[in-house]
Amino acid sequence: MKKILGILALLIVVCILTACLSSSFLSAYNIENVLRRSALFGILSIGVAFVIITGGIDLSLGSVVCLVGCALPWLLTVQHWPLSLAIPTVAALSIGIGLAHGLLVTKLRIQPFIVTLCGLLLYRGIARGFTRDQTVGFGNEFKPLRTLATGKIPFLPGFDIPAPLIFLVVVAIVAAIFLNRTIYGRYLLALGRNPQAATYSGIRTERMTILAYVISSGLAGLGGALFVLDVNSAQPVDFGNFYELYAIAAAVLGGCSLRGGEGAIVGVLIGAALMQVLRNTITLVTEKNNVEFAIIGAVILVGVIADELTRRIAYRRRTAQALRQTITSEA
Amino acid sequence: MSLPLLEANRLEKSFAGVRALRGVSMSLKPAEVLAVIGENGAGKSTLMKILAGVQSADSGELKVDGAARAFRSVGEALSHGVALIHQELNLAETLDVGANIFLGREPRRFGLIDERKIRSEARRYLDQVGLSIDPTTPLNALPIGQQQLVEIAKALSVNARVLIMDEPTSSLSGHEAQSLLKLIDTLRSRGVGIVYISHRLAEVEAIADRVEVLRDGENAGALQKGEICHAKMVSLMVGRELSQFYPHQTLAPGAAILDVQELRTATHPKHRNSLTVHAGEIVGIAGLVGAGRTELLEAIFGVNPPVGGTVLVQGFPLNTRSPQAVIKAGVALVPEDRKHSGLVLEMSVRENISLATLARDQRLGFLNREREQSLCQEMTSAMNIKTPSADQPVQFLSGGNQQKVVIGKWLAAAPRVLLLDEPTRGIDIGAKQEIYRLMDELASRGVGILFVSSELEEIIGMADRALVMHEGRIRGELKRAELSEESIMNLATGGDASHGSSIVQTASPFSL
Repeated sequence: MKKILGILALLIVVCILTACLSSSFLSAYNIENVLRRSALFGILSIGVAFVIITGGIDLSLGSVVCLVGCALPWLLTVQHWPLSLAIPTVAALSIGIGLAHGLLVTKLRIQPFIVTLCGLLLYRGIARGFTRDQTVGFGNEFKPLRTLATGKIPFLPGFDIPAPLIFLVVVAIVAAIFLNRTIYGRYLLALGRNPQAATYSGIRTERMTILAYVISSGLAGLGGALFVLDVNSAQPVDFGNFYELYAIAAAVLGGCSLRGGEGAIVGVLIGAALMQVLRNTITLVTEKNNVEFAIIGAVILVGVIADELTRRIAYRRRTAQALRQTITSEA
Repeated sequence: MSLPLLEANRLEKSFAGVRALRGVSMSLKPAEVLAVIGENGAGKSTLMKILAGVQSADSGELKVDGAARAFRSVGEALSHGVALIHQELNLAETLDVGANIFLGREPRRFGLIDERKIRSEARRYLDQVGLSIDPTTPLNALPIGQQQLVEIAKALSVNARVLIMDEPTSSLSGHEAQSLLKLIDTLRSRGVGIVYISHRLAEVEAIADRVEVLRDGENAGALQKGEICHAKMVSLMVGRELSQFYPHQTLAPGAAILDVQELRTATHPKHRNSLTVHAGEIVGIAGLVGAGRTELLEAIFGVNPPVGGTVLVQGFPLNTRSPQAVIKAGVALVPEDRKHSGLVLEMSVRENISLATLARDQRLGFLNREREQSLCQEMTSAMNIKTPSADQPVQFLSGGNQQKVVIGKWLAAAPRVLLLDEPTRGIDIGAKQEIYRLMDELASRGVGILFVSSELEEIIGMADRALVMHEGRIRGELKRAELSEESIMNLATGGDASHGSSIVQTASPFSL
């Protein structure tokens, strides 16, 4: 909880600073834009958070974004598939990828890093293959479908809620309930901390781990579809490039530990928003974004160091306290 | 009367306001084995750490060869000849034996490591500990017992005259432990002084020249060579007599509740083991470490599925490929290693207690929080778990209370068959007694209990019947009247049952 408050405070500070440095930060257009980007990245971050909670990692999701982002317009406009076939196909594709990752990680016990690193190369390669490296897009067609990502819901005069935010809210609520209120969420948190103790408690740890990879790739697929609907076209060479790193960074900033077993959906949302606000800040304040990675890298590093230090202090205090309580209760 | 090698006077040490040592004194002469014993939390480990320079005392004095010293680091202690052989080994697993012995002080030639010298020197020290292996063997290719010998060789290589050994046999097989005790004997005859900490009182009896007992951070008493016996050590440790210790009442056993037929474990696939536990019966499984006892329990429970055989619970066959099915049939396992298999240390007392029953108490997949809360309250009071709150992460509880949480988790599942693997390992005597009482109470409610223990007196004190395993198979069965340390050890070391029952008449101090 403290961790979430810390990251929330950081987000607010960054917002205030940026508002002071750039007058356009608080314009309705910019806010809508940041919200839209945050929503899209938030969906990816929630997905990867589930894998991180199991103690794993998913490096492939940027490539899944690329694969789905290219496959959807390609199937619709190049292959002329009907919508009713194309949508289930990309959905099955992304869920199938998660299933494959999960099976490789649990049944063959290959390290998640390796499995998803191969995925990262594989899916982008496949996307570049079937598109022959050509940009694919919707052109002027599929306007109603595209409103899923580009649509706006009037909220205040002069300010609309971008449609992806609705997706994010739904995904986040379902994810939070799943993680905190169902036995499966508890199983994930337990097996992330100690898979052996979870197994000895009768938890089907392999199934739960596979489920986490399915959630991750599934949400990456949803994100990929929304991303391409938002920007209208996808270039297979760089579409979704580095998105896995933004998502992982958001999850870690938001309180997921790469050691597993720790994480809250609210934190991940704030982490995702912070990443996008930072990117926005850099663009607005420096008017170019060549230092973007350096600044984002530094912010994440500082955040993680601060977290590790507070964790140590808390652990020490707690141990001493526990010792004192044991002594007094025995005396 | 020779000068003491190592002497400590009125050592005091506090951690965050808690007094771990309240004025402990001890001394060690050359060529002497001093055993330091005491319950967990009595201050043994703190004392050892101060002697070896890991921590420094708040007050009191430390003398080496009669000269006052204050060690500020392990290196300083080593330079005065005091070496600590750690409970968990302190070696670099991936390096070879020679590199480990000279780690941090490698002999050099032209600025490069002199491998040839390492090999010849290492061989000399390995000979001294009776280890005939090539110094270029990677450490992780050695069994744990030999790794420990390497650690001792390392201590000898810096001319250690005082060896402090903290539970050195806790992870060794019976055979390895025996050869370690022999080595200690040899080192003693060469004039090395040894401080030996162990929970295994039989070893202490066998090896110690003197016993120093600690209780609550103070000296509770000492025993000289002629006085060292099990009952005296225990009564000094707990401050009460042993006879009150095991509450066990034998009941008339009910119907067979667990029936294991020709079970073959993956570790010992050649051996078929059969056993029966009746309702209300407590059956012990004795044997040396590595005899296949844990494997047998884990095969029944389905976490390490058996390669053959059947298990029946109340006459119905179990699916031993699935722990979920086994749990559903009413079987629970309290595993040997509570930190790795029993608990999620960072999770709270409440979350740990409910972990095995979440699926039973779910409502359409949702957590049943009221039920979880009430189960936790019920178990905390039934097991007398000392915790400031239900939300306390279990890593901050004492070993005894952690073990009670593991047992509470399984009591919550209301099992008909309870499998316990070393249920009292590493916990203090008060918690042990509570666990014994609980076992008895469960048996009186008709639960069938099968427990593995390496402590012979625990088997003798608690079991209605004991099965003794040796190298993967059940070597024999002893009825309560036949239980004695001799009869169990005879079977556990491969002797036969007829011999075992012939010595049943010799009264054991522990057949209560």
